[in-house]
Amino acid sequence: MPIEIIMPQLSPTMEAGTLARWLVKEGDDVASGDILAEIETDKATMEVEAVDEGRVGRILVAEGTDNVPVNRAIALLLEDGEDASALEGIGDETPAPAAGSPAAEPSPGAKRAAPEDGADDSRVRASPLARSMARQTGLELVTLTGSGPRGRIVKRDIEAALASGAAPATAHAPHPVAATPEPRPPVAGFVEVRVSNMRRVIAERLQEAKRTIPHFYLTVDCELDRLLAMRKDLNDRGEDYKLSVNDFVIRALALALGKTPDANAQWAGDTIRRFATVDISVAVAVEGGLVTPIVRHADAKGLATISREMKDLAARAREGKLAPEEYRGGGFSLSNLGMYGVRQFDAVINPPQAGILAVGAGEQRPVVKDGALHVATVMSCTLSCDHRVIDGAIGARLLTAFKGYIEDPLAMLL
Amino acid sequence: MARTAAKTKAPRKAAERGENDAPPVADDLLLDFYGGMLLVRRFEEKVGQMYGMGLIGGFCHLYIGQEAVVVGMEAAIGPDDAVIASYRCHGHALVRGVEPKAVMAELTGRADGVSKGKGGSMHIFDPERGFYGGHGIVGAQVPLGAGIAFAQKYRKENNITLTFFGEGAANQGQVYETFNMASLWKLPVVFVVENNRYAMGTAVARAKAGTELCHRGEAFGIPGVRVDGMDVEKVYAATLEAAAHARSGEGPILVEMQTYRYRGHSMSDPAKYRTRDEVQKIRTERDPIDHLRETIARRGAADDDRLRQIDRDVKSRVAEAAEFAQISPEPDLSELLTDITVETAA
Amino acid sequence: MAGITVREALRDAMAEEMRRDGDVLLIGEEVAQYQGAYKVSQGLLDEFGEWRVIDTPITEHGFAGLSIGLAMAGLKPITEFMTFNFAMQAIDQIVNSAGKTLYMSGGKVRCPIVFRGPNGAAARVAAQHSQDYASWYGHVPGLKVIAPFSAEDAKGLLKAAIRDPNPVIFLENEILYGQTFDLPDDDDLVLPIGKAKIEREGRDVTIVAYSIMVAKALQAAETLADEGIDAEVVNLRTIRPMDTATVIESLGRTGRLVCVEEGWAFSGIGAELAAVAMEEGFDLLDAPVRRVTAVDAPLPYAANLEDAALPRAERIAAAARDVCYVKT
Repeated sequence: MPIEIIMPQLSPTMEAGTLARWLVKEGDDVASGDILAEIETDKATMEVEAVDEGRVGRILVAEGTDNVPVNRAIALLLEDGEDASALEGIGDETPAPAAGSPAAEPSPGAKRAAPEDGADDSRVRASPLARSMARQTGLELVTLTGSGPRGRIVKRDIEAALASGAAPATAHAPHPVAATPEPRPPVAGFVEVRVSNMRRVIAERLQEAKRTIPHFYLTVDCELDRLLAMRKDLNDRGEDYKLSVNDFVIRALALALGKTPDANAQWAGDTIRRFATVDISVAVAVEGGLVTPIVRHADAKGLATISREMKDLAARAREGKLAPEEYRGGGFSLSNLGMYGVRQFDAVINPPQAGILAVGAGEQRPVVKDGALHVATVMSCTLSCDHRVIDGAIGARLLTAFKGYIEDPLAMLL
Repeated sequence: MARTAAKTKAPRKAAERGENDAPPVADDLLLDFYGGMLLVRRFEEKVGQMYGMGLIGGFCHLYIGQEAVVVGMEAAIGPDDAVIASYRCHGHALVRGVEPKAVMAELTGRADGVSKGKGGSMHIFDPERGFYGGHGIVGAQVPLGAGIAFAQKYRKENNITLTFFGEGAANQGQVYETFNMASLWKLPVVFVVENNRYAMGTAVARAKAGTELCHRGEAFGIPGVRVDGMDVEKVYAATLEAAAHARSGEGPILVEMQTYRYRGHSMSDPAKYRTRDEVQKIRTERDPIDHLRETIARRGAADDDRLRQIDRDVKSRVAEAAEFAQISPEPDLSELLTDITVETAA
Repeated sequence: MAGITVREALRDAMAEEMRRDGDVLLIGEEVAQYQGAYKVSQGLLDEFGEWRVIDTPITEHGFAGLSIGLAMAGLKPITEFMTFNFAMQAIDQIVNSAGKTLYMSGGKVRCPIVFRGPNGAAARVAAQHSQDYASWYGHVPGLKVIAPFSAEDAKGLLKAAIRDPNPVIFLENEILYGQTFDLPDDDDLVLPIGKAKIEREGRDVTIVAYSIMVAKALQAAETLADEGIDAEVVNLRTIRPMDTATVIESLGRTGRLVCVEEGWAFSGIGAELAAVAMEEGFDLLDAPVRRVTAVDAPLPYAANLEDAALPRAERIAAAARDVCYVKT
């Protein structure tokens, strides 16, 4: 029996991926550990390794295919002693697309009706408009039967599917999209930009966050002058590190979370999960979206270590080269738009986390001290809290501790 | 029609009177001729040299040997008259007063070229100086020239158009369509057929039933004259008469300029159709510039120093043009998409 | 509003522009004493005299070139071809002299001329007198090409063409000359060159046509409406520069495109529109673009063959059903 190579699940939120590239072709011999294909997930481009030895008998899913459900067979591997005849009757049978359960075992699904002309059925025939409507509504074309010539899926098939309440295959939230109004037809002056997996996940998760998490926001102003002086002093001492303000912010937030364990937690339905370690997800803008690589045990790491890790993570994030464990998990998030000159903003919580700190630009502002006007470099920071986990007082304690570290940075070195 | 036919005879007789009958022109004008012809020759020699160096590309047709025609004709018309020519047009542009620099920079395909480097050797234009090109399709400029003459008449300007074409173009149908209309409407046009004996590589007698090209307008009532195009004074005298005819409202006139081109049809001409001796003989015996130099000496119009001074001036103008044409920048890439249509306020 | 024929609209456009600008003149075969081979220039000789309304000999190549010379010298000739079939004698002058001189002269020599006359098939005049030149001239950068349908198009676009500082090919249609349209009473109706007109709005399929084919497309749209297919009909009006924005916008509404032309399909206007739809509107297409054109043969004389050769409303409707995936 040939071995099925399946679409692996490469992240907890992944339900389908794009088969970006095949690195082997039919007839190639592969050994365990050989890289077979590249899969684009919501976060990154990942490699699929062979776990068995054998010869590539048949490639079932072509390069560039979007939305290949997790656990769907993507190729067949012939074992030692098998020849192509072993493939007969296999692979014409396509496993059903993932039903929404990431844990589902690979299971042969209903046989899809073969197109009339008996041609290779791995290609879905659909009009460009039907494809673009499917992308916009999250419908998966392979689940539909086309009514056009040679089984072509056309606009009316998409409309019928939406009207009948077909759930989009990639929907993360349990809400059906049947009620989605027909997408506004694009007109000249618009460009239809294909929604990447990353963009779709961002959209779904942040929409879920705003819909389900009771957000509230706390803002403090932190004076930065001492921190900046210390940073300059430290940076002048060594060649092998160059600390950024953000490195200080990561450490200050980590220490503040260590001091405020009630805030280092998340909502888990029946329980509140309180974390043993402080792992901070730092938002990094990348081409087409953002990812949040994690500085783990950030409260236990020195500034130079944080700085070095952060540079490496950010660089690899931009290249799409992060390993899943480097962005999966994390207890609390940090988003810094100070470098864009943003004075203050409210961030959306990254579920299932319970908080995110939004950091603005350090800028010179007038401050009143002891009844006199002074100029200080001030940075506004806003904490978004999940009220199910963090009450106002807890949030305020966390923020006070954070402000303390920022304004008295020597305390961070303790 | 009878009256027009009578006219046909008169100018030809005048031309047939021979060189001794041509009234001598003033000394100053002789020197102008000399400077003009030398400018065209030195310019074209430089063009040939630069073509060989790869600085000029494409089709390039030199005018060496024919200089007396444009110089003598230009001297006989006014600045408000119009001129239109074929692709062998460098000399025509220069005598109209187009800057040698701008012509040369056009040949090198540079931004300061007279057509911004977008036309090249065959497409020199300067309508402000009454020069309408520069046309690459053999004979196509002939109806265009008649149209310009029509506009002159429509506007009651009393100006005329010299419409040049080669003896090769004289076999094109549109030339005769144009003769018909120009004569019918009595357009103020002088048709000039520059008979340099070879249409590319085909000698006149091999391609023409009837080699007396000056007669080719007769069926349309267009008088014709044949002129020794190697003698600038005769060219000048004949053009004065022809221009007066065209300006008089009597309609067009056809002037056949018998001339000779020393160089090939274009730069890639193998010259298998004529002997070296033939070219050499004409160069030694009939060269229009040598001939003019002798005339100047014979009449004492200028001494050698004066002529040498003119030589030096011309050389330096041409050198300056060549230099300029090499340092002028290539056209900006944005020029690719300009001048396709005249922009209109939407 | 008043009823006016396309023929009268063209005449009025020329007369108004000749009154407005002394540099405008009309030249061509039979335009003066005969009053126009198709009576389009009726009355112009009387009003403007023989120096502005000029009969030429039968000499297309010559008078096309001469007219271009007039334009290069600054006048604004309207050059009539008795039909565009005869302009093939002059196509070198139109393309090489009128179309390219501005560019070759680095912008120095302009050519403000209108070449106009009937284009395409008339009725039973056989292969040499029945060709549609829209794609021939539309191919050339440097030319503008207009193909009016109604009296409004004819008048507004001819006036615009005469005022345009570029060479304009103005493709009329003999069968439309005698047709009457409502036209607003406006002495200065000037329509923009390069802008299409949506003649009929619809949701299901976009039918793009020009000249007399707009009438066929509208007729097909009526048939389709009875069947529940709501067709949008776009009258291109200008072939070059083509108003692709309006076509793509319409395609965005309907998802389906049918292109109709009287010329042959090969390298035709429909081929151009199909390419534009793919390049600029690929994701809008719910079906492949369909072309309805003349059959790939010289136009025959016999009445039944001629009828079968040219696009008919039924063929347009059938193509529309096809792209709507409606089986018949």
